[in-house]
Amino acid sequence: MLELRDISKVYSPGSVNEHVLFRHFNLTVEDGQFISVVGSNGSGKTSMLNLICGSIPADEGKIIINGKDITRVREHKRYRTIGRVYQNPAMGTCGNMTILENMAMADNKNRPYNITPGINRRRVAEYRAMLSELGLGLEDKLGVPVSNLSGGQRQALSLLMTTLTPIEFLILDEHTAALDPKTAEIIMQLTGRIVKEKKLTTLMVTHNLRYALEYGNRLIMMHEGNIVMDHADEAKQALKLDDILGKFNEISIECGN
Amino acid sequence: MNVLIGILEEGLIYSLLALGVLITYRVLDFPDLTVDSSFPLGAAVSAILTVNGMNPVLTLLVAMVAGGLAGLVTGIIHVKFKVRDLLSGIIVMTGLYSINLRIAGRANLPFFNMNTLMNNPFVKSFPAALQPWSKVIVVLVIVLIVKVLLDLFMNTKAGFLLRAVGDNKTVVTTLACDEGFVKIEGLVLANALVALAGAVMAQKNRVFDISMGTGSMVFGLAAVIIGTNIFKNRQKVNSSTAAIIGSIIYKACVALALSLGLVPQDLKLITAVLFLGILILGNGLKKKVKFHA
Repeated sequence: MLELRDISKVYSPGSVNEHVLFRHFNLTVEDGQFISVVGSNGSGKTSMLNLICGSIPADEGKIIINGKDITRVREHKRYRTIGRVYQNPAMGTCGNMTILENMAMADNKNRPYNITPGINRRRVAEYRAMLSELGLGLEDKLGVPVSNLSGGQRQALSLLMTTLTPIEFLILDEHTAALDPKTAEIIMQLTGRIVKEKKLTTLMVTHNLRYALEYGNRLIMMHEGNIVMDHADEAKQALKLDDILGKFNEISIECGN
Repeated sequence: MNVLIGILEEGLIYSLLALGVLITYRVLDFPDLTVDSSFPLGAAVSAILTVNGMNPVLTLLVAMVAGGLAGLVTGIIHVKFKVRDLLSGIIVMTGLYSINLRIAGRANLPFFNMNTLMNNPFVKSFPAALQPWSKVIVVLVIVLIVKVLLDLFMNTKAGFLLRAVGDNKTVVTTLACDEGFVKIEGLVLANALVALAGAVMAQKNRVFDISMGTGSMVFGLAAVIIGTNIFKNRQKVNSSTAAIIGSIIYKACVALALSLGLVPQDLKLITAVLFLGILILGNGLKKKVKFHA
């Protein structure tokens, strides 16, 4: 279980640009939930993910994972149980290293990075099998530097690398937004499959309302640092695209747009 | 022949420095100015220990430890105190100048009548025909050992992480590793190699001089850039080989300039102008490639 308790976050406090993002924000994510997070730009979706992962510190409040307060735990330590895929496909892989090197490195997460050989030859067949399941032809390119791959290929590889070792939470930060519609579809299907197979608790920020509806068992909409819509399970299943769009318009009118 | 031997001797010694710069500049993407002082640091340590009767080979190892410590300080200043990379290097470089003087006791420390790395009974027992090449042989052995170990290291798990941190540190963080710590590791390793280069240089010249490090950063950069530009399109030549060859070529260019009538006082100017030429040439090549693509 992941909890955000009473979180406050102010950007540039005391200056003319002061921007209060969160004021006493609360969110509880139950184990096994797959939450789609939607909301307009600047509503705090990505900031929320950054707070959870420790990329930015919270001004007030607590972040609790499985009953343990991790508010002061440093970012890299939090990733022991968290996997994250970014919007930019280049963020999740090392471009100058080969596919094989990238996968071998990811495969060693939570174990010591010592001076034993970087690639475990006995695992290569398994990497190849996993890559071939993607259907992107990556299994024949193990020795190719990742910078030579397309955005979609890189993102698929990022997703695979992130979930190669056991994690509890998967954080997806608009991970299909930089891809063409067809590739986005492939990555989303892969995401759905991995989350189901590995039973990952997932938070997915997306601007694609169809994906938000189609995937996951809970949907939240954020606006100005608040959750303005929250439906889980049956209520989420019953949700229609028009319901979300309607809520979006309501919010926009409040803002005077 | 003497010119060729001179080029190979110096080119190979400086290639150890180039390997250090390869790690900071190419792998870590960290412009590390510590180099300018960790080179004479290695020389000072090796010189004073030799004067005091230590085995020359052992002095090289101690020099590497000293260089590693210098890298450690730069790394800690940068990572823990969040000082910019360039400034961290400058701070340590400046401070080390005094420390180097303290270690050696004076600005110039000759040890002409001691047994050194290239002047000892073992080297003198080489066949007569090899005698003129004896220094080249000794240095070559050291360079090859270092190169092979470095290549092996780059393919270990720790080596992967080191390459990853310069490439994309987000990946290192999401793999639950402290990217700052990996950076420090790289700086330690790089400066240990640079100090080794300085120590070998002192052993060859049988003298430590406080000014011997000036411009070594530029030399290392030039060697790495020449090497990687020449072998850019050859996958088979790895970057450490490229840096070593780049270093020898660079020394050859300097020797050529000197043979054209320039005097040793012009050395640093030649170094700087050659480096500029290489950078401009390298940019020109890049543009051409883009144009055709």
